[in-house]
This record gives sequence, C-alpha cells and structure tokens, in this order.
Amino acid sequence: MISERIAVEFAGISMKTPVMGASGTFGFGIEYSDFLDLDAVGAIISKGITPLPRPGNPGVRVAETPAGMLNCIGLENPGVDAFKRDILPKVHAACTTPLIVNVSAGSVEEYGQIAADLDVDGVAGLEVNISCPNVKEGGIVFGTQPEAAAAVTRSVKDNTKKPVIVKLSPNVTDITTMAKAVEAAGADAISLINTLTGMAIDITTRRPILGNITGGLSGPAIKPIALRMVWQASKAVSIPILGLGGIVTWQDAVEFMLAGASTVAVGAHNFVDPRAVETVAEGLDQYCKDQGIAHISDIVGQLEA
Amino acid sequence: MKKFVEMATIVENTAIIPEVWKMVFKAPKTAREAKAGQFVNVHRDGGQTFLRRPFGIVDADVDAGTVTIIYRLVGIGTEEMKDLRPGDVLNVEGPLGDGIFTTTPGKVLLAGGGVGLAPLIFLAKQLDHPIVLVAGKTAAETFWTEFFEPYAEEIYVTTDDGSKGIKGFAVDALPTIFSQHAIDRVSVCGPTMMMKTIAEASAKAGIDCEVSMEKRMACGIGVCLGCTFESKRDGKRYKVCTDGPVFSAKEVF
Ligand SMILES: Cc1cc2nc3c(=O)[nH]c(=O)nc-3n(C[C@H](O)[C@H](O)[C@H](O)COP(=O)(O)OP(=O)(O)OC[C@H]3O[C@@H](n4cnc5c(N)ncnc54)[C@H](O)[C@@H]3O)c2cc1C
Ligand SMILES: Cc1cc2nc3c(=O)[nH]c(=O)nc-3n(C[C@H](O)[C@H](O)[C@H](O)COP(=O)(O)O)c2cc1C
Ligand code: FES
Repeated sequence: MISERIAVEFAGISMKTPVMGASGTFGFGIEYSDFLDLDAVGAIISKGITPLPRPGNPGVRVAETPAGMLNCIGLENPGVDAFKRDILPKVHAACTTPLIVNVSAGSVEEYGQIAADLDVDGVAGLEVNISCPNVKEGGIVFGTQPEAAAAVTRSVKDNTKKPVIVKLSPNVTDITTMAKAVEAAGADAISLINTLTGMAIDITTRRPILGNITGGLSGPAIKPIALRMVWQASKAVSIPILGLGGIVTWQDAVEFMLAGASTVAVGAHNFVDPRAVETVAEGLDQYCKDQGIAHISDIVGQLEA
Repeated sequence: MKKFVEMATIVENTAIIPEVWKMVFKAPKTAREAKAGQFVNVHRDGGQTFLRRPFGIVDADVDAGTVTIIYRLVGIGTEEMKDLRPGDVLNVEGPLGDGIFTTTPGKVLLAGGGVGLAPLIFLAKQLDHPIVLVAGKTAAETFWTEFFEPYAEEIYVTTDDGSKGIKGFAVDALPTIFSQHAIDRVSVCGPTMMMKTIAEASAKAGIDCEVSMEKRMACGIGVCLGCTFESKRDGKRYKVCTDGPVFSAKEVF
C-alpha cells in the first residue's frame, strides 16, 4: 500500500508516487499490467514518438554489457497520429495514471508541430528527447548545443499548454550549460540522463555487435555518472529534476533524490523486474516510515557535501 | 495471455551432452498456461548477468507444476545456469509469446536443428504422431531423437558430416519425407538458413510452413523493440517476443 507520504506534484503533474517508468523501457505501461498495479505507477513515460512512423535501425539492436546493456532501437514507433488514434485510448482504458509522452523530431519546427499535435486530453505532459544517440538526423546537435536545445524547448513551449520536461543527454562536456539553457528557454523540468554512447565488439567476427555500430548504454553501469550529473544540474537550475540512469532499488532512488532529483524513473531494470517501478515506490514509502520522514520531498537535494 | 514472474525451485539440472543441459523447475502458474511455441525469460538473481535469458518451453507438467527447458552453454548466463542445483531458485518470467505453434489436426512435419528442437518437443506431445526431422552437425548432436520417440510416427536424421542418418542439411531430407508422407503442415525451428530453405521447399511443395524465430531480446514482453522485424507479407513490423516467436513462414522469408 502506497501512502500520501510519497505522492508528489512534478512540473504540475500530480503523481501517486515519484517513481515513473522511463521512456523506451516501459512501453505504454499497459504491457506491464500482468505484473504490477498500473495505478500505483507515478507516471508512464511513453516510448519516443516522432511525427511520422519510424522502422528503427536494422540488425542487432540490443546487447548485454557489464552491469547494463546497449541499445540502438533507433526510435521505432508508429508515429504521432497512430499513437493518438490507437494507443492513447488503450492506456486510459487501463489506468488513471498520468501519461507523459516522450517526443523526438528532426527540426525545431517539427518539435513544435508534434507538441501541438499532442496538446490533447489524456496527455499529462511532454518529455522532449533532444538526446537520442541512435538517430542520425538532428538528435546529437539538439542534445549537445545549448542554443539548439533552447530553440527546441521554446518551440515546444510555444505549441503546448502541457508541462514540458526536457530530457538531457549525458554526452556533453558540461551538463550545467545545457540545463541552464533549457531552463532559460522555459522548460518546466528537466530529466537526466539519457543513455551514454557506447559500443561492443565480437572478437571472433571482428564486427560490432550492434547493427548501428554504436548504441546507448544504460543500466547500473551508468548510475554513478547519472548521479553526478543530477547533482551538478540541481545546483545550476531551480526547475525540478527527474533523475534516472541505472536505478534498480529504492536505495538507488534515495541517492538520486538526495542528489537533487524530485522524481525518478526506472529504465532498463524494468526488463529484468517488471514490477520494479512499484517495488521502488514501496521501498521509498517504507524508508520514509522507518526514518520518520514526513514526506519524500523532504530529502530532495539534502546531500551534505 | 497472462504472464507471471515466479521464483522457481530447481527440480533437476543435468547435462544431456556436455554442452547441452536440461533443467526442470517448479513454476506452476507458467506450467498451467504454457502453450507450444512459448518461452520463458529467466534470471539468476544475484548472478553475473544483467538481463534475463530466453528459452523455449520443452515441457509443462500441470500436475507437478513444473516446466522443462533445454539449453546450450554459450556464454555467461547459460554457464551460470548449469551451476544451479536442485533446491536453488531461478527467477522465471513466463509463459511469453502470443504467437504459438498450430495444433489443429493434420499430419505435421516438425523440423529442427540444434536447440531449435527444444520447443518442438512440447509441440510433438500435442500432435497426433508427427513426423520429425532432427538435423545436427554430427551424430553427437542428434540425441534429440530420444525426446521425440514417445510421440513421433517416424524420425528422420540428417548430419552435416554423414555420421548419422542422411548426409547433408535438413532441407536435403525433405524430398524423401514428402514422398513418404502426406504432410499437411511443417513447423520448423533452427538456424535462419535452415528455416529459410525448409520454408522455400515447403512452399514449392504447396505445404504450409510456420517458423519459430530467434532474435536478441532485452525485455521479452514487447516494450524494448529490440526484437522486431519487417514482415514480408504486409511490410509492417512485428515483435518476435510478443507477436511471435512463431510466425507463418510467408511473414518472415
Ligand atoms: C525466443 C527464444 C527462445 C530460445 N530458446 C532457446 C532454447 O530453448 N535453448 C537454448 O539453448 N537457447 C535458446 N535461445 C537462445 C538463448 O536465449 C541464448 O543462447 C542465451 O540467451 C545465451 O545466454 P548467455 O548468457 O549464455 O550467452 P551470452 O554471453 O549472452 O552470449 C553468448 C552468445 O549467445 C548468443 N545469444 C545471446 N543472446 C541470444 C539470444 N537472445 N538469441 C540468440 N542467441 C543469443 C550470441 O551468439 C552470443 O554471442 C532462445 C532465444 C530466444 C530469443
Ligand atoms: C531499449 C531502450 C529504449 C529507449 N528508448 C528511449 C526513447 O525512445 N526516448 C528516450 O528519451 N529515452 C529512451 N531510452 C533511455 C531511457 O529512458 C533512460 O534514459 C536510460 O536508459 C537510462 O536509464 P536506465 O539506466 O535506468 O535504463 C531508452 C532506453 C532503452 C534501454
Ligand atoms: S524483446 Fe523487447 S520487444 Fe521483444
């Protein structure tokens, strides 16, 4: 049973818990309904949606690496129209949990257009992916150049009344520059981190394991980097932070919150434990109870350093 | 179809040949729901691997509440699995895959190579005396015949080196089989080349063919999109883990 102690409001979205299912690892939530109570999920963050359908990348798309995995899915998705027509109604038939739609596009204008397309009932907010390492057009520029990231943020904000969360790439030299740029451009919150670009090689064939050669690294292997970046970003901006990267247990979630994240998301670990989003939330609730913490938000940014 | 996560107690874990092992574990919910063609996605909690590992269901005993898999040692996950002893616990997610083998009446040829034969054993049990084709590199790789003997009308064997049965690949046995039996349907699971050649030969003979696909998987439940492919039939993308793993050969080749 989850209590009020861990209910939060994040970027204007009311959530029963601060624990969400991360984009690309939680489907549209409904795929997990055999395993957990969808109504006990803080928010469902959808797979990345693009203006048009995308087939994704050819060849091998996933590979395990030490304490994590690489993926180069390449944003396979049905496109925004099919998402609104076929998927959105199904999610709302299954639960009352907020659905945050993760969006990607190839230009500043397209980002604005997809935001406008999704300014509809049933969408709780947008998570703007400016950082997919697996698509060639644009992704990298938006995620690594502060001016480009700000332009995308403004374009999205101008086209929606929904809360806008901008998802930052860890593949940058200074995360605070990016965080400040999107805050100044009007982002309601930021989420970090997306995957780190990596690769793996099959030594017998001397070929890359992934069809796309490189892919995004996720899982426990990236947690220390994610924590460091959440901590740095939280000191640089005043908008709230959704922290993610390698979360497996509720203790991991507490670390992120101490570092400055108001909310967290479980990513690749959902593949291992399909109940993870719920168990992490239960753990946070129990932790508050055991420690005599009145509300989970009391620990946010309370790192003593 | 409903899916479960069960902390399964190992009942048996033994080598059939040094590289191929058979494991039986208690997973009563999965056992009750399992259909031929489905798989389980397993994880040794606290072990070396991050992701789960998928394995075809070889048998499901509803009364005993057990599920059987047969696995080849190929890497860290399977090497870890072989160290499990009766009484140890394996985290099992299943039964997975909505695309299952056809079990409607008819004379069916089950053709498989290597561990691809594993899910065909479960199917054999549910069919009326199927014809079975076991393809292996060498005679040592044809131990699979013993698992089909209780159910099969006739078992054909091919080996690449001719050390047992017909010398050649699986597809080389089809002319003989098709001339000796009136086959209504072919179900095949094995290496891609084998499935492709059998699918083509079946199509030429005007016989329906279904194939069980294998792709690298991360989630096994349709969320990561690691396992999708483009259908040759309608150009749409399908997920091996949830839309399959069994598909009409027309969809794949
Ligand atoms: C639906 C499905 C059913 C399967 N059924 C069986 C079965 O009944 N018996 C059996 O022995 N194996 C089966 N496999 C393959 C099995 O999942 C892999 O052999 C296993 O995951 C390897 O794990 P590992 O940690 O030992 O190897 P790793 O160290 O992960 O990898 C070693 C090598 O194994 C191969 N491999 C890894 N993952 C996969 C995968 N998902 N599919 C195919 N090859 C892979 C690669 O060539 C890799 O280089 C199945 C796979 C799928 C997708
Ligand atoms: C298979 C897979 C697909 C992903 N797809 C997306 C996506 O479409 N959009 C996005 O913003 N992030 C995507 N991500 C990144 C995750 O949301 C998350 O930021 C990252 O994996 C780090 O968290 P983790 O270590 O907990 O997985 C994907 C991750 C994985 C593993
Ligand atoms: S393995 Fe994740 S979608 Fe099929």
